[in-house]
Amino acid sequence: MRVAKEVRDDRTVLSIQEDRIDAHNSGELKDLVLKTLEGGTKNVVIDLARVQFIDSSGLGALLSGYKNATLRSSGFALAGLQPRVRSMFELTRLHRVFDIYPSLQLALSA
Amino acid sequence: MGWAVIEMCETFVNLDIVVPNQTRYLRLVGAIAEQLAKELDVQEDTRDTLAFHLNLALTEAVANAIQYSSAANSTDSVRICFSVEDAYLSVRVYDHGGGFDLAALPMPEFDELRERGRGIFFIRSVMDSVQYHRTDSGNVLEMRKKIA
Repeated sequence: MRVAKEVRDDRTVLSIQEDRIDAHNSGELKDLVLKTLEGGTKNVVIDLARVQFIDSSGLGALLSGYKNATLRSSGFALAGLQPRVRSMFELTRLHRVFDIYPSLQLALSA
Repeated sequence: MGWAVIEMCETFVNLDIVVPNQTRYLRLVGAIAEQLAKELDVQEDTRDTLAFHLNLALTEAVANAIQYSSAANSTDSVRICFSVEDAYLSVRVYDHGGGFDLAALPMPEFDELRERGRGIFFIRSVMDSVQYHRTDSGNVLEMRKKIA
């Protein structure tokens, strides 16, 4: 999975460079988020602006990140959800669980 | 190697696909499902949603089939059959694993933040009917969607 990692102030931004998250690459995403949290960052933002499609395993990888971040008292936010991606969160009511921002810019200024 | 046979006329579509049971083929399967929605005779304003829903249902179903058949045989393949009859698109996904009891699957508990167990829920959400049964050629997940 291609992901651009950037540290901005106290936040680590992981920008997903794939148009699709499914069972083929969701395991990598889960591992990457875990490693980032283990690296000691206190705030993770996942930029999903380029992602046009996510399946149940992708949601699972993000939930893993959310739960790990919560255990470590770290922030965990999602940004830039495309309509199809957002609909997956709404169907499973996960939009009530995650901290979701319309864009990376808004997530960084929050 | 995967192969595809396509046979189309105005009111009937038959499409059979066989892919190796590897997750790298999910993207291809999803893309075929989206393209199929563009070939079907449906209302223009519903086409994009149909394309997304077929992509999602197929991605989830084939990921399940790969998971089940991987445990049984790592060189196995997954067969997908599309057909259109009587205003319904029917999609059948065959696996050769141990199978599961579709009726016994609970609705996901939304408050429990489990990382797994939403695949069949998504398929049920976007398709009109879902059945799972055993045949001589393996287990089959049959999903139907009204398209007219």
